[in-house]
Amino acid sequence: MISAQLEIQLIASLTAVACAIPGTFLVLRKMAMISDAISHSILPGLVVGFFITQDLNSPWLILFAAITGVLTVVLVEKIQQTKLVKEDTAIGLVFPALFSIGVILIAQYANDVHLDIDAVLLGELAFTPFDRVFYGDVDLGPKSLWVIGSILLVTLIMLFAFFKELKISTFDAGLATSLGFSPLIIHYGLMSVASVTTVGAFDAVGAILVVALMIAPAASAYLLTTNLKKMLALACFFGVFSAIAGYWMAHALDASIAGSMTTMLGLVFLLVYLFAPAKGLFAVVYREKQQRTEVSLITFLLHLQNHSEPEERHVKHLNEHINWEKVRSKTVLNLAQKNNMITIENDLVFLTEKGEEFTAKAIEYILTNEEGLIEDMKDDFFLFRG
Amino acid sequence: MNEKIAVKVDDLTVAYNYKPVLWDIDLKIPEGVLMAIVGPNGAGKSTLIKAILGILKPIAGSVTIFDKPYKKQRKHVAYVPQKGSVDWDFPTTALDVVMMGTYGSLGWIKRPGAKQKKTALEALEKVGMLSFKNRQISQLSGGQQQRVFLARALVQDASIYFMDEPFQGVDATTEVAIINILKGLRKAGKTVIVVHHDLQTVPEYFDWVTFLNVKKIATGPVKDIYNDDNLTKTYGINYKVSIQK
Repeated sequence: MISAQLEIQLIASLTAVACAIPGTFLVLRKMAMISDAISHSILPGLVVGFFITQDLNSPWLILFAAITGVLTVVLVEKIQQTKLVKEDTAIGLVFPALFSIGVILIAQYANDVHLDIDAVLLGELAFTPFDRVFYGDVDLGPKSLWVIGSILLVTLIMLFAFFKELKISTFDAGLATSLGFSPLIIHYGLMSVASVTTVGAFDAVGAILVVALMIAPAASAYLLTTNLKKMLALACFFGVFSAIAGYWMAHALDASIAGSMTTMLGLVFLLVYLFAPAKGLFAVVYREKQQRTEVSLITFLLHLQNHSEPEERHVKHLNEHINWEKVRSKTVLNLAQKNNMITIENDLVFLTEKGEEFTAKAIEYILTNEEGLIEDMKDDFFLFRG
Repeated sequence: MNEKIAVKVDDLTVAYNYKPVLWDIDLKIPEGVLMAIVGPNGAGKSTLIKAILGILKPIAGSVTIFDKPYKKQRKHVAYVPQKGSVDWDFPTTALDVVMMGTYGSLGWIKRPGAKQKKTALEALEKVGMLSFKNRQISQLSGGQQQRVFLARALVQDASIYFMDEPFQGVDATTEVAIINILKGLRKAGKTVIVVHHDLQTVPEYFDWVTFLNVKKIATGPVKDIYNDDNLTKTYGINYKVSIQK
């Protein structure tokens, strides 16, 4: 592996982490789409910054772009506050307007400059090692590495300093206000970080794909954990993993690096969505099936408790009486037997002591309408339940 | 009754989009009462609490807590928002939510430590939720979530507690547990102000009541002012309650 390859992967990984951190909070604040808006609307900020400094490498460009990013958020909120349109509509109104101003500005005044819309939108990671920083004659490494490295450092410092404030204002803005933490300051702080990161991530993935780096790792992590710190760590891990795997996928297919990285992010999310232990699709389907069986069991046990006549208790007549198919009756009978709730003598079903107790409790909970308690009760009675 | 005034509201007016939701409210809440704020939907009950706590900006009027502006008295005030005001799918545990109550005393940047954890665990025990401390908050029932919120307010160790509909959607056991804790707070000399919906339980739970419907209708001891006349004025229909003593 040559050093240029290593540098590209390093830049991509740092970008991934720098995006995953604000991305996690955007996802939790249900503001994922605002990152899309920011990523588009920083274009006019970049162009105006370029007009003023006449230098594509000026750090002022990042500042101007970040200001437009925050301006986007303010505009979206102002339009939303009129209560005439909802938030998603406001986002849809603001960012195309700002973006198109940027496009027109470039077309009118910057046609001869290397401010290329394609590069802004898609980034060009492969070229980043060529644009280097020198101190005298000493090569200090690619410029992008310094830019995204500095942004990441600032983001990390902010995260460690204000973790508690970010958490409380995201979870409960009302309490945060009453305790004297201004959710407004936190909100605009987060938006500023998101804007600066978006600009910084330009070189790596471009303005559009940065949305994927912010949202997909956080969305995947959200499905896997119930702890905010773990969610942040997982989001960073997924981001870095997809960045590196995406790089090698691009290498193998001779395809766009940014495109491959985003594809990997999508794949990671798909896998997590399907296989996440608690919230994944398969887990949910399995749990629903289990719950259906358990509800059937309770129904069946109640039926046994209600009827003492032998014909109501005969194994063979179960399906006719409670109107179940054979398979379902069998599953329910097996479940009841496995948990020692019934005994079967001469094809007649009888409740055991444990079965009686379970049924009595179930009736009590159903009558008092306490669903949570029924779930707890099932945990107590079903020994094999995970 | 102690004559010290815990909360004083003067000429408070709050408007959403120029439509007043609270109109010229004057209110004096004496220290040590357990007070219900009652009124129909849209009467501005939650708004009143939020305006007192500085969460909403009033267009006129002022609020003092023990004779000083709220901003100087934050440490003496605890707030339990409506349960529905937060996202219960947030990745956090019951203990962690209760710890948030200690953030106010920590101030900016400083992190909670062992001492804060200990206070939080004690509060969880008080509300009977210690065994659920590591449970993710979406895995709690409505009543349990409300108890966690109450524990979060308890760790603030405040003098005044504001609660926005703490009995909303909780089971009977939790309701009894909560009201017992509130009565315990009053016994300890605290002031407790509760937005309340269930008119039947007002005389049983509270010793002070404020009738609100955009304007203040009446405020005072339950035994003096909780009557059909005030209820009718507040709810706009002929109200008949039988007050059980």
